[in-house]
Amino acid sequence: MSYRIPGRGRVDHADPVRFTFDGKSLKGLRGDTLASALLANGIHLVGRSFKYHRPRGIVTAGSDDPNALVETSRDSGRFEPNTRATVQELRSGLAAESQNRFPTLEYDVGEVNNLLAPLFSAGFYYKTFMWPRNFWDKVYEPVIRRAAGLGRAPTEVDPDHYASRYAHVDVLVAGAGPAGIAAALAAARSGASVMLVDENSEIGGSLLSEPGVEIGGTPAWDWLADAAAELEALGVQVLPRTIAMGYYHQNMVGLCQRVTDHLDTVPANAPRERMWRVRAARVVLAQGAQEKPLVFDGNDRPGVMLAGAAQTFLNRFGVRVCDRGVVVTSHDSAYHAAFDLADAGAVIAAIVDTRSEIRDDLRSEARARGIEVLASHTVTGTKGRLRIKSVRVNPVASGRVLSPRTLFCDALLMSGGWTPALHLFSHTKGGLAWDAEAQTFLPDRKTENCEIAGAGRGLWGIGAALADGAKAGAEAAGALGREATTPEFDVTTDRAGTGRAHEELPTDRNPSRVRAFVDFQNDVTAKDIRLAVREGMRSIEHVKRYTTTGMATDQGKLSNINGLMIAADALGKTPPEVGLTTFRPPYTPTTFGAFAGYHRGAHFEVTRKTPIDPWAEAHGAVFEPVAQWRRARYFPQGEEDMDAAVERECRATRASVGIFDASTLGKIEVTGPDAVEFMNRVYTNPWTKLAPGKLRYGVLLGDDGYVRDDGVIGRISEHQFHVTTTTGGAARVLNTMEDYLQTEWPDLDVWLTSTTEQWAVVALNGPNARKVLEPLVEGLDISNAAFPMMSVADCTVAGLPARLFRLSFTGELGYEINVPARHGLALWEALMTAGAPHGITPYGTESMHLLRAEKGFIIVGQDTDGTVSPQDAGLGWALGSKKADFIGMRGLQRPDLVAKGRKQLVGLLTEDGAVKLEEGAQITAERDAPLPRAMIGHVTSSYRSPALGRSIAMALVKDGHDRMGEIVYIPMENEVIAARIASANFYDPDGGRAKA
Amino acid sequence: MLLIHCPYCDETLPEAEFAYAGEAHVSRAAVPSEVTDEVWRDFLFYRSNVRGPHYERWRHVYGCGRFFNAVRDTVSDRFLTTYEAGAPKPALTDLEGQK
Ligand SMILES: [Zn+2]
Repeated sequence: MSYRIPGRGRVDHADPVRFTFDGKSLKGLRGDTLASALLANGIHLVGRSFKYHRPRGIVTAGSDDPNALVETSRDSGRFEPNTRATVQELRSGLAAESQNRFPTLEYDVGEVNNLLAPLFSAGFYYKTFMWPRNFWDKVYEPVIRRAAGLGRAPTEVDPDHYASRYAHVDVLVAGAGPAGIAAALAAARSGASVMLVDENSEIGGSLLSEPGVEIGGTPAWDWLADAAAELEALGVQVLPRTIAMGYYHQNMVGLCQRVTDHLDTVPANAPRERMWRVRAARVVLAQGAQEKPLVFDGNDRPGVMLAGAAQTFLNRFGVRVCDRGVVVTSHDSAYHAAFDLADAGAVIAAIVDTRSEIRDDLRSEARARGIEVLASHTVTGTKGRLRIKSVRVNPVASGRVLSPRTLFCDALLMSGGWTPALHLFSHTKGGLAWDAEAQTFLPDRKTENCEIAGAGRGLWGIGAALADGAKAGAEAAGALGREATTPEFDVTTDRAGTGRAHEELPTDRNPSRVRAFVDFQNDVTAKDIRLAVREGMRSIEHVKRYTTTGMATDQGKLSNINGLMIAADALGKTPPEVGLTTFRPPYTPTTFGAFAGYHRGAHFEVTRKTPIDPWAEAHGAVFEPVAQWRRARYFPQGEEDMDAAVERECRATRASVGIFDASTLGKIEVTGPDAVEFMNRVYTNPWTKLAPGKLRYGVLLGDDGYVRDDGVIGRISEHQFHVTTTTGGAARVLNTMEDYLQTEWPDLDVWLTSTTEQWAVVALNGPNARKVLEPLVEGLDISNAAFPMMSVADCTVAGLPARLFRLSFTGELGYEINVPARHGLALWEALMTAGAPHGITPYGTESMHLLRAEKGFIIVGQDTDGTVSPQDAGLGWALGSKKADFIGMRGLQRPDLVAKGRKQLVGLLTEDGAVKLEEGAQITAERDAPLPRAMIGHVTSSYRSPALGRSIAMALVKDGHDRMGEIVYIPMENEVIAARIASANFYDPDGGRAKA
Repeated sequence: MLLIHCPYCDETLPEAEFAYAGEAHVSRAAVPSEVTDEVWRDFLFYRSNVRGPHYERWRHVYGCGRFFNAVRDTVSDRFLTTYEAGAPKPALTDLEGQK
């Protein structure tokens, strides 16, 4: 049966749209939301609740709905849980499924939770799942994981893409109801650039639900069309389907615009959503107010709906939500919903008003329609399993709830009054003030350049909203130095009203059997809130966390004030004494896609590639990320796995010659008359006596004395140093250098330049390195005598301008050839050709790590962790102790750095050389001491060494330098491994090979 | 996103161009070897952690690269002023009006 009223509303009655709900094919109209289309088909039941799996229906007509969350899909990749049916516009072929039910929405086994409700009272998470401790892994966590969460997560990669955009405007107006439209008109007429956004598919706000209002003698919807045309003519950027979801510092407002969700087919390349970051000189908040439910037993039954929502479904969508309705209210506004529904052919069995005094005009209008008005009444229960069938109402006299009567109905329309939507204002930390008369919080102290207009500051009625919006728009423009006038609007047939706020409604029933819901989405009842107060919660923030009220995805839009009224009543305090919880962005749930924007997949982060990367890719390298770089990890041949490839690469390098792309090394050029003094102050080492043309291994500390970075540094000339840093530390080291140079030693005449990307660096290592390189070098004698270990010189290599370093990070004869980045690939290929007769072998980072570990060379950040001093790392020789100062010098004298018992870097050799330790494994001094056993260190690096034919490891061990030769133990899950402490310089300890 | 005024560029620019650099006016001893362990401890680790106006350093890292000082209210997250490194510490009484 259809509940659609022909010709009514703003939907297109000539354009039917087919969709499915739980597999059933249904018909709606173009312009419907999924919710209005379901209601047109007589469907109120749309889901099951989170905790008790109670049947739930559509409650609101907007984005604040707590219940109408469904799964929607367009195709297999486009699947979304928790779509709000009240927001999702109907499109052809939309497939919607209800959530939180098994096997069907009508018969759900989870409903057993409803019978177990006494077990799930406030704080049950805290009380129930604590003990016994070993139940956590096996029982509690799996159960909670299965029960937690709403809907199912998508399983496929999201095929849509998401856009992001920045905008700057004079005035941003959030909310395009009467107040927002009037504000935009007033501001735009003054010449200001204006952006007007609204979460609905079209502008109009409450005007869309109030077609009977006349503005300046024009019917509301005609006035709206005129206003839209004028806004366009004035160049106002109007963004419908756009939620102002966060209000950030200095008037930056985040907007999420839905671009394709409402379209039958997605245009190629269209983003699904677009995130706007708008910086506005002035902001006008015109987001209106949200209607509150009343709190009574059974107020969550399908068919129980907000009166204002019923009015919107009727007037905007042409859907009559019931045949026979009952209205329960504490506010005048619900009378108009009742009148409109009665005029549309529904029977209104009664208007149940909690108040004793009712306006005469409302009474007489009700009488004219034959609607009974029950003043001073309460609702004490509802009946109906999957849809409301009847409501139990009682008169209240002198605080006593008298005998009930039953009213039969298929919908109960409730109104507990209206709450100004203060969410965005709260994002700005704007102050709120309690209005005792209106029993609501209103915006008070502002922290940003904003105005708040209309129902958002407690004004009720179209006329008041228009006037207030116009004033706010003119003020915003005026604040920007523009001449703005405040337009006036003459509104007739306005339906302003007042009401009162309540805690839960009085009842004659046993309070322990009453299930009066405050937070529908998290299944929190009035009883839960009172229990929380009895159990000692005093602040609303505690009540919130203990009961979870207001913590669902709707952030308590409907429930916060009701929860506060009840908590305040239970505490015997006024609401402002108890306080309101903080609203945080986003205003409504926002997709990860919208936040991520373009930053996904390969665009998630920059991938830096060296000039030699294309060669590595063409030759089958396996890559690994290192900081932002992609580096060749190893070069497998045939069916080789990593271990096999690495062993081959290492053996070839030690036997003949290996080639390695070292371009990612950080490089900083330090120049200027005071360069050497600067280097003396920054690095631990002495630099004054380092001659131009020589290299030195430098250590950088923090002022706390701990190792921060290291690298080989060349003195190119008297006033020029070529500093290298770790790959990951380059930016950090330059920042540290700049910091000290700018703020501690501004008198030094030094320039710092990052040259990481300017140089490509190729490392040649192995006994045949010189044989490969020598024929390619011009302008430099690289014989061992003329160019010994730790030399640097500019020359030509393979016809390319080059800076040649002689150093070794492998223990073999080694060179690092720096050429301008654009020549990197040519250099690499020339060396590969020249090295072919020697079986030159490319190796990656894995072999580089292994070769250096065989020599005991540290990797900062792997063998150190920010609490390792140079002495701990065995680098005490690198300290220029005669210097007056260097970064960290004073730190090294700290009592805890000179004390015994520090963890020191040592080598570890397992007793059984076939056993390789795990990096990160803990070390104990005794094999079988009682638990808990003292840990004396951990393994930092561990490899199978091809050169030694056994496993090797490095470790930080307490007093390790004094434990040489001692046996320590590494307890693993199934065994305890014994290892002997040794020097980490495992291979060629005299260093003869590198100097050859 | 905050807008921050770089005193060197004399431009007000988005926070994304800047990096926070810790509390300001924490002076490193001219001759560190002459100070006591307590003085050095305080220099390394002790910070005021104020609720309210906080003297702090920022770097216009994706701009001119300069370190500068600022006074920011840690409650409102609002900048009261920014000034060049090495300039004298502004008195809070001079800044109250801007809060
Ligand atoms: Zn700057």
